[in-house]
Amino acid sequence: MGAATETFYEVIRRQGITRRSFIKFCSLTATSLGLGSMGASQIAQALESKPRVPVIWMHGLECTCCSESFIRSAHPLVKDVVLSMISLDYDDTLMAAAGHQAEAILEETRKKHKGQYVLAVEGNPPLNEDGMFCIDGGRPFVEKLKEMAEDAMAVVAWGSCASWGCVQAAKPNPTQATPIDKVIRNKPVIKVPGCPPIAEVMTGVITYIITFGKLPELDRQGRPKMFYSQRIHDKCYRRPHFDAGQFVEQWDDDAARKGFCLYKMGCKGPTTYNACSTVRWNGGVSFPIQSGHGCIGCSEDGFWDKGSFYERLTTIQQFGIEANADKIGATVAGAVGVAIAAHAAVTTVRNLSRRKEVPDSNGGDKSNGKSA
Amino acid sequence: MTEIARVQGALDSAGERARSLQTVYVYQAPVRLWHWVNALLIVALCITGYLIGSPPPSVQGEASASFQFGYIRFIHFFCGQALIVFFLLRAIWPLFGNKYSKQIFYMPVTNRTWWWGMLYELKWYMFLVRDPKKYIGHNPLAHVAMFTFMLFMVFMMCSGMAMYGEGLGVDSWQYKVFGFMFTLFPNSQDLHTLHHLGMWAIVVFVMVHIYAAVREDILSRQSMISSIVSGERLFRDDLPD
Repeated sequence: MGAATETFYEVIRRQGITRRSFIKFCSLTATSLGLGSMGASQIAQALESKPRVPVIWMHGLECTCCSESFIRSAHPLVKDVVLSMISLDYDDTLMAAAGHQAEAILEETRKKHKGQYVLAVEGNPPLNEDGMFCIDGGRPFVEKLKEMAEDAMAVVAWGSCASWGCVQAAKPNPTQATPIDKVIRNKPVIKVPGCPPIAEVMTGVITYIITFGKLPELDRQGRPKMFYSQRIHDKCYRRPHFDAGQFVEQWDDDAARKGFCLYKMGCKGPTTYNACSTVRWNGGVSFPIQSGHGCIGCSEDGFWDKGSFYERLTTIQQFGIEANADKIGATVAGAVGVAIAAHAAVTTVRNLSRRKEVPDSNGGDKSNGKSA
Repeated sequence: MTEIARVQGALDSAGERARSLQTVYVYQAPVRLWHWVNALLIVALCITGYLIGSPPPSVQGEASASFQFGYIRFIHFFCGQALIVFFLLRAIWPLFGNKYSKQIFYMPVTNRTWWWGMLYELKWYMFLVRDPKKYIGHNPLAHVAMFTFMLFMVFMMCSGMAMYGEGLGVDSWQYKVFGFMFTLFPNSQDLHTLHHLGMWAIVVFVMVHIYAAVREDILSRQSMISSIVSGERLFRDDLPD
């Protein structure tokens, strides 16, 4: 491990794959990345000439669901990614080495491929108590992360943990779990949110980086535009039901059986940026809405703290109350209505009593001649 | 010629002359038009906005036979964008209109008389003074309320356009211009919630606005409701203070 100077092309030729299959792979990848007609030859050229990119895959506070998703990638197969396309020098979940041997690889990669390796981070560092809530190899994870990021070409933040904070950063966030881009500020950080992200999205991002040697175009939030520029809602196959006003009202009603829109059941599709409704999951088999459950918005910032997954209107937790915008608004409007009525009553009483004080109101009083 | 023909001014049937009162032309036609268009659009926006948050009962039949929710959203988007167009027209009107047309876009915070007037007006609403003062444009308290409402409208328009831009896609000009709202609120759901709370803020504003207008129309020393219809403000007394 570590000494990766072979190109992708050399590796697959050695594995007995024909040039014809290689070119087919390049065309398919170019198509899936949405590149133009020149894309395939660019990819082929890059894979023939560039040495494989070393990737260090670190794990912070996380559940390994990103890795679980990643190893199920179908296009391209994760076998091809891990064994041929990249040089996955360090991934404590997948690697054979352990202990001091594994730790040595980190140091070796840092020296040997200074400024050239990609640091992929799954999970995030907790900053509270000097990072003591996540100890990795005898040291706080945050120290290791900063050290490895120092010499990396770019940092990939896998999943909602690394991108936004996810469940460990949900209120009250006792360990002060912090997203990667708030810790690593001097390197480009590419966010690939989702809990977990879609496997094809993960391998697609990796393929793009190693092919072109640069990060894909990112949106305002630092997510790759090619996978996160549209909401689930924009490409949802149930969208016609939304426009028609056909909604599921109960989980067991006729509308649910007919596959109507899950908007009223709290589907977060309209506010969630991800590729689920186009790429789908497990090789394009299905995605949550297709299996009859609304989107929970797992690739969005702080999705754990937005109240129930099954309510359309977000639960607002301020001032120790728990209500949605309608309950708060109607309560305030009601209170203001009562206040107005009270004010009007006081005004009336005051005017009646003033009229008694000044019985002669024939333009002779000093007031405006109206209320007195 | 009879005696009565030589008497000028408004008379009652017995020939007694009415008092003549001072009137000032305050709200020019474009301002009044903007006010009433706004009122109609805001009513439509609140109704459709509420329905977008809590849709009406599900429509039965084939999806191809109905576009109910689409129409509700269309009305909301149409009214919202019309509101913005009228707001922009209203914002450039002070260049051409009278001095009262500028009032809702700035606050004279360095003017001590203005602060004193606001305090006095507040006391009037708290029943602490006998009579309010006379003002040609908005009184200082109403001035603050209107200026705040304009700021709030800007937030509603920016958040509305940002969310509309989401549907049009990240390459649309709407997203490019108003996408900064997602830098302030990274999760679009938060923006939806604030926009929805904004609807209730408008409901509260409308309640207070109408109450104050009716109350002032009855009790104050100047006209209110007829002023936003005719543009003329009538003062009911000629007392100096």
